[in-house]
Amino acid sequence: MVQTISRIPVANYSNLKARAGYPIKIDDKEIALFKTSKGQVYALENRSPHPKGGVLSEGLVSGEYVYCPVYDWKISLVDGLVQAPDIGKVQTYAVNIEDGIVFIVL
Amino acid sequence: MKKLVMIGNGMAGVRTIEEILKLAPEKFEITIFGQEPYPNYNRIKLSNILQGDTNFEDIIINPLDWYKENHIQLFTGESIVKIDVEAKTVISDQGHEVAYDELIIATGSKSFILPIPGADKQGVTGFRDIKDCEMMIKSAEHYKKAVVIGGGLLGLEAARGLLNLGMQVDVVHLMPHLMERQLDPIASTMLKAELEAQGMNFLMEKQTVEILGDDHVTGLRFKDGSEVEADLVVMAIGIKANVEAAKNSGIYVNRGIVVNDFLETSAPHVYAVGECAEHREIVYGLVAPLYEQGKVLANRICGLVGEPYKGSVTGTQLKVAGVDLYSAGEIFEDGASTKSIMIYNEFEGVYKKVLTRDNRIVGIVLYGDTKDSTRLYRMLSKKEDISGTAIFQMGNSAEEADDIAAMPDDELVCGCNGVTKGSIVEAIQTQGLTTLDQVSHCTNAGRSCGRCKPLVNQILAHTLGDQFDAAAAQKMSICGCTTLSREELVAEIKEKGLTSVKEVMNVLEWNNEEGCPKCRPAINYYLGMIYMDEYKDDRDSRLVNEKMHANIQKDGTYSVVPRMYGGVTSAADLKKIAEVAEKYEVPLVKLTGGQRIALFGIKKEDLPNVWEDLGMPSGYAYGKTLRTVKTCVGAQFCRYGTQDSMALGIELEKKFERLDTPHKVKMGVSACPRNCSEAGIKDIGFVGVDGGWEIYVAGNGGVDLRAGDLLMTVKTQEEVMEITSAYLQYYRETANYLERTSKWLERVGMDHVQEVLANKETVKALNERMDQTLKKYHEPWKEAIESEEIQDKYYAKHTIKVGE
Repeated sequence: MVQTISRIPVANYSNLKARAGYPIKIDDKEIALFKTSKGQVYALENRSPHPKGGVLSEGLVSGEYVYCPVYDWKISLVDGLVQAPDIGKVQTYAVNIEDGIVFIVL
Repeated sequence: MKKLVMIGNGMAGVRTIEEILKLAPEKFEITIFGQEPYPNYNRIKLSNILQGDTNFEDIIINPLDWYKENHIQLFTGESIVKIDVEAKTVISDQGHEVAYDELIIATGSKSFILPIPGADKQGVTGFRDIKDCEMMIKSAEHYKKAVVIGGGLLGLEAARGLLNLGMQVDVVHLMPHLMERQLDPIASTMLKAELEAQGMNFLMEKQTVEILGDDHVTGLRFKDGSEVEADLVVMAIGIKANVEAAKNSGIYVNRGIVVNDFLETSAPHVYAVGECAEHREIVYGLVAPLYEQGKVLANRICGLVGEPYKGSVTGTQLKVAGVDLYSAGEIFEDGASTKSIMIYNEFEGVYKKVLTRDNRIVGIVLYGDTKDSTRLYRMLSKKEDISGTAIFQMGNSAEEADDIAAMPDDELVCGCNGVTKGSIVEAIQTQGLTTLDQVSHCTNAGRSCGRCKPLVNQILAHTLGDQFDAAAAQKMSICGCTTLSREELVAEIKEKGLTSVKEVMNVLEWNNEEGCPKCRPAINYYLGMIYMDEYKDDRDSRLVNEKMHANIQKDGTYSVVPRMYGGVTSAADLKKIAEVAEKYEVPLVKLTGGQRIALFGIKKEDLPNVWEDLGMPSGYAYGKTLRTVKTCVGAQFCRYGTQDSMALGIELEKKFERLDTPHKVKMGVSACPRNCSEAGIKDIGFVGVDGGWEIYVAGNGGVDLRAGDLLMTVKTQEEVMEITSAYLQYYRETANYLERTSKWLERVGMDHVQEVLANKETVKALNERMDQTLKKYHEPWKEAIESEEIQDKYYAKHTIKVGE
């Protein structure tokens, strides 16, 4: 079996706005890109781990965290971990940036 | 360094660690194992969570950073299965083996679950931790009918919470009276009547013998053969000490882990503290004695000679809205040796009983008015001779002041945290404290159950004397990112001329560089309030609905509510709405409570197109702003109408639409006192009378149901506009962000606001500031339609196909 790792170009780095989410859909995967005010880009599954769900892309970005827009859970952009007192984890994806193009590794 | 290991990560244990760190910060290498996946939180406040007064984040006492700062190794979600007292090691369920020099067992307790058939079914829970709370909140979303077994403190708090969550609640109690261990029959009967009035249903003297249902609970059966339906069963009959690990390791256990007056167990270098410990045959379940134990244990472990623990008399109160109740010590007369002092005012619902023996207080029951509780408890615990003392005071402020002055320094003010009057006074004087919040942070007083806060406030007032500023003393910091209160923040912004959210957080040294969803929208609001039309709004610091100009729904779609001034529409507009609903296959079209039409289930990327097709302004149904002005038909058509309510409603809505306010503002206009627009429960309500308008303010029809108070009666529509504008602007300038007008008015006082509005110059100035502010607003939907940048940043969805 050959495991396929795909590296998919998803956005121009310059199109991403700092402190804002950028929702993308790759086939049936909903992913949100976040650019921090320091210019780092992170990719997370665009779904809150709260039992009622909801999207993350419209959340408030503060440093390396995003706050779930509906239930206010604080989620690390770096590892997807939900911060105490809530618990859970959001799937994260590796991001490469080359020549101003943002790639996601799936 | 010696190795200190603690099993358990709850309030009593972590408090003991805090005490140890105070006494000997460098002495131990500390490891803590906690079974729950959280840092130490305030279990007492779980009922507040359930009752919807607070959220999980606010009840954490020691955040993870605290553990880091104090170099404590914390294992959460991990429990200890074995203690090897010979080898001095503990072994966890995940295979960690850790050696100790000193070991504290602080495993607490669990809900006692009745050993009856069906107790393991889905939908049966205790009420003990965050997990239980979450389970109950989740159940309330799907189910209607809850049964709480146990009419004690915990059971009643759980029942009140479930009522707040919209469930129907039966409380099953084995005994003929509620809280029979804390209350006598009179107080218990008063309590039951009050709770029944709140909607609880009681099944008294019922013994549950079986829980019915297949996988999920469907009901209960009692010993007398009767049954009751239930979708959720909460067992709140008591707690059971977690003693398994100790027991399996050969440590002497009775009902709890047996300890002596220095909290030492039968095994050397092993101690127990908190709800898992049994001291002189008593297992305590309240926080105050546990904190006392923690202090004694900390001394012992640090090798200091301290006072032994001699047991505690405990006081309890019930945390249920609308019920004021306190109990401590003995409840029942024992014939010859006790004498009681009683006040029973059935008319006002007040009952007070103090039980005495040999001129000393031995028991207290207070219902309906508990302001004597701290003083009486102090007399009880110090065994004061009460001959010639007035037991119940009529409570005027002069007496209160005397009372504080007469209070000796070593008297306990905060029972939960063991804080004396002396230490509070010292903290106020040496650290220059001026607010209740500061006193709590520095001394811990009032940080647990909060009952002593009024007393702490009195001590603050007494200590500061003329310097005391009652309003300022109540100050709270706006969020965890800063210690500044709203007043200080606004003053700093003005003084330092700060002009952006980022600059505020930078210059005022926010400890969380980019803020949080509590402070960022607040700062953005205050800046807009201060700089009126000069401030450039920071859209990314707004909460999601305001940022998107639409209400996000739980599935990530949005609702769209177009403006309909005064709730008046036309055939043409209705046609347009209908066409949009068809074109975008809108799943739900619904009339709202504010006389509007809402389209639900719109996809984010469709929002700009929907707005363009509608061609109407935003109804701002999502904003901290003027939502709607609801009107009745009024004099134009109605035979009762004395005024043109629709015209006034439309004028108000056209003037104040889009205005940023601290929280949402709703208005209602009725043309006569029959009040079809329900103006009495609006932030501002107008009722037409012959020759004028009555203006009602601070009504609320939501969570905080409140009838509006009459602000004033005016003659003309121009006066209505002028007073409304001044009132709203005054609210904008003085309220805390997210403070509704109902709470705000109660805080600042109606008399004060009437005084402000009685001054013609002030009213004029407020109107000018309002008008200048109103200049800055643009129609946000139109702006979005016309700006590609906005569409791209907020409403675009990017679909990528792989393999092309």
